[in-house]
Amino acid sequence: MSIDTTAQASATPDAQQPWSELGLKADEYARIKVILGRRPTSAELAMYSVMWSEHCSYKSSKVHLRQFGDKAPKTDALLVGMGENAGVVDVGDGYAVTFKVESHNHPSYVEPYQGAATGIGGIVRDILTMGARPVAVMDPLRFGPADAQDTQRVLPGIVAGIGGYGNCLGLPNIGGEVVFDQSYLGNPLVNALCVGVMKHEDILLATASGTGNLVVLFGAKTGGDGIGGVSVLASETFDADGPAKRPSVQVGDPFTEKVLIECCLEIFAEDIIVGIQDLGGAGISCATSELASNGDGGMHVILDAVPLRDATLSPEEILMSESQERMCAILEPTNLDRFMEICAKWDVDAVVIGTVNSSGRLTIEWQGEQIVDVPPRTVAHEGPVYNRPFSKPASQDALAANSAASLARPTSADEFVETVLTLVGSPNLADKSWITSQYDRYVLGNTASATPEDAGMVRIDDSTSRGVAISTDCNARFTMLNPYLGAQLALSEAYRNVAATGARPLAVTNCLNFGSPEDPSVMWQFSEAVTGLADACLTLGVPVTGGNVSFYNQTGETAILPTPVVGVLGVIEDVHTHLSHGLPADGLTLIVLGETKAEFDGSEWAHVVHAHLGGQPPQPDLEAERQLAEVLISAATDGMVSAAHDLSDGGLAQAVVEMCLRGNRGATLTLSGDAFTGLWSESVARAVVAVTPEQSAGLLALAQHHGVPAAVVGTSGGSSFVVNAPDVTFSIEVDTLREVHTATLPALFDH
Amino acid sequence: MSPRVGVVTFPGSLDDRDAQRAIRLAGAEPVALWHGTTDLSKVDAVVLPGGFSYGDYLRAGAIARFAPIMASIIDAANDGMPVFGICNGFQVLCESHLLPGALTRNDHLHFICRDQKLRIENTTSAFTSGFNTNQEIVIPLKNGEGSYIADERTLDELEATGRIIARYIDGNPNGSRRDIAGITNEAGNVVGLMPHPEHAVEAGFGPSLDGLTFFTSVLSRLVNA
Repeated sequence: MSIDTTAQASATPDAQQPWSELGLKADEYARIKVILGRRPTSAELAMYSVMWSEHCSYKSSKVHLRQFGDKAPKTDALLVGMGENAGVVDVGDGYAVTFKVESHNHPSYVEPYQGAATGIGGIVRDILTMGARPVAVMDPLRFGPADAQDTQRVLPGIVAGIGGYGNCLGLPNIGGEVVFDQSYLGNPLVNALCVGVMKHEDILLATASGTGNLVVLFGAKTGGDGIGGVSVLASETFDADGPAKRPSVQVGDPFTEKVLIECCLEIFAEDIIVGIQDLGGAGISCATSELASNGDGGMHVILDAVPLRDATLSPEEILMSESQERMCAILEPTNLDRFMEICAKWDVDAVVIGTVNSSGRLTIEWQGEQIVDVPPRTVAHEGPVYNRPFSKPASQDALAANSAASLARPTSADEFVETVLTLVGSPNLADKSWITSQYDRYVLGNTASATPEDAGMVRIDDSTSRGVAISTDCNARFTMLNPYLGAQLALSEAYRNVAATGARPLAVTNCLNFGSPEDPSVMWQFSEAVTGLADACLTLGVPVTGGNVSFYNQTGETAILPTPVVGVLGVIEDVHTHLSHGLPADGLTLIVLGETKAEFDGSEWAHVVHAHLGGQPPQPDLEAERQLAEVLISAATDGMVSAAHDLSDGGLAQAVVEMCLRGNRGATLTLSGDAFTGLWSESVARAVVAVTPEQSAGLLALAQHHGVPAAVVGTSGGSSFVVNAPDVTFSIEVDTLREVHTATLPALFDH
Repeated sequence: MSPRVGVVTFPGSLDDRDAQRAIRLAGAEPVALWHGTTDLSKVDAVVLPGGFSYGDYLRAGAIARFAPIMASIIDAANDGMPVFGICNGFQVLCESHLLPGALTRNDHLHFICRDQKLRIENTTSAFTSGFNTNQEIVIPLKNGEGSYIADERTLDELEATGRIIARYIDGNPNGSRRDIAGITNEAGNVVGLMPHPEHAVEAGFGPSLDGLTFFTSVLSRLVNA
């Protein structure tokens, strides 16, 4: 095959090129020609096509995402903001924490195990690239109905992939979500979060500066896996009769990644590199163009130097390959020997593939011929930007009008018992340990709290016991009913979950999973959700540090429920003071903090019992969330409460049942209002705490001080979950609840 | 001077720093040992930690067994040095034939991480002498290939000679023959255990403090030696 050189491109301006097959639109292809003053070479076309894909360029979301910066709350905590591989937050004592969540939805549908595994691999390298030691991962997951046939294929593979890769890396998996809904049947969501820790002075950036500095590619060899994965998989909708896309999914090797992590950390410790970038989506195209674009000059790359697993790869394929476990570093020539020594110690392949220069161009040669000559910013940062049309769907008002208020509610004691059991055993609320027991939550020895607690928490310093807590949340039914409020509710819940462990919420990351941006209805959902989230972050004083947008999550014309997963990171001075939700003793007083209203639209009860979705979601109250958090943090710091649990999906009934199961004892609730509202409302800004009778008055005073309504609702003890209300009295053995709660997932997936 | 306990790091070892922490909390001095070394002159005992050495793509522990340091460890173990293999370390000890039998894929085919109840049945080995006979403990278990297997004659012999140091109780998590969680060699200085005692040594970071006794046991043996 002849090489398509830049000279040939100039000489043959009218040659036909497969820009459409590579996912570019006609006007985008025309723009490339304007930038270059000629047609692109096939290698340049490959680079532009992957870097201008939706996944890499954020071309449909950029105009909206600006709000996260424009509305950012004033804070000294943010050390590195959006735009880098991951944001970095000051957590005190000279420590910085970086965290980010990313999607790997489409690859995980095509090939569940490898898709999910490489999702972990990619986010871990993003965190590593900031100079941090990765210390924990989490996985927010969404599947189709638990009993659907394809969920039987997808879920076990994804869970095994997350475990297989994450466990082998030696990173504790401390939380996440597992949610089932019909809308995800043909498009599951596999989001992966990683958190890393470093000292302030160790923060690294992806930049190639200093003429004469070397570009070193290290890690795994480059193979044919994942070629076109970015543009083909992440930016196109699944079609029932489309061609098989399996070859585009990357294959992961966690051992190589583990060794690469240790190798990088040793390199970082010696301070011998100028910049670093991981190779993820768009591979070498992305790493070289981003490094050069962030630097102060140009870069020349000799592509023949790239170590290959498959010698027959074309230069275009090498540029696009998404082979995993690779990194690219920029270093001064004097540090090369030491760099190579460390790589040799870890048996990591490393090779110089280029040099930084002052040309202002990214040039790439192959077999002595120039095949790329581009301004790097036009590839990496100046891609197309679309202001896509958006409009409220015609069906939205009817959806909002269809309230759950008129649905039949339980009235007799038997009906209440049945409702409790139905919800406790429903897939979304059932025990998830069939999944989470396949993840190592102990490795590194710093895990203070993990699933099923409200937030995962790890210690970051042995000597001080300082730690960080993270929760990810999103109730996509709420977002469907009202995307602006739904995104705020997702933030509210994650914020509350972090506070419910006693940690102070500090910063936000997100993974915005939506349908096709070319659908004005989806774009409306997206725009509303981003605006809602940005407004709420400003009010709560927690900046968005970065995140990820995943579009085209739909099957045919039907989009998933809009799912803006929000991750909140908090800090706690001593992890030993953290709160958990198991009831540790009999005779504790149960107190509900916050106000309970009759809010059932989009609730778990409406979903499970009536398969109903309509109305308006619970009304967010950000100021109340903030005050509730103050009460929980103070109470934890002062050791005032024995257990705490946030109230969200499934309301008070679900929360107290979980506290009973975790503590292996019963509880009696004495409700003053109607039992149904008390048990299953999903009003915001609420938590239930358990305190000793001696601490009760103090806690009530603390709540009053912060203007948080507080009501004593019961006591712990006995072997049953008992409810006494004016309109009904019933009781269920804790053993029965446990049986129902734990049987659901094994019955569906254990075979 | 407190005894020094080496912790080997193979490429892919994961719980090496955790084992070092446990050794420190037990009162000994942890020493990091790189897999490429053959020098054990600076340590009084060795821990082979958990993890996935070399990715464990062939058979767990099968490649680590050929690391340079293993030749030294095999010689030292035969001379009586206390050697403790945890999880992947247990697999390496079996592959090295310092312990009989093998660890195979869990019978349910999943990786499993849970707090596991054990009964300590041998209180004379280098790493279990601090326990009471039949003491019940809870420590984390986390593995994909933890099902202990050996021929019937070996199993009978292990039982008859008191070389089963711990058994799973309240439910066998992986199909291990005769509920075996850990064994020792005839001399009692080489011990393999599938669950992870190094993750039960600090309040707030594990289900109990039961794991610490494995490390204090070897410490008292070294001090009294």
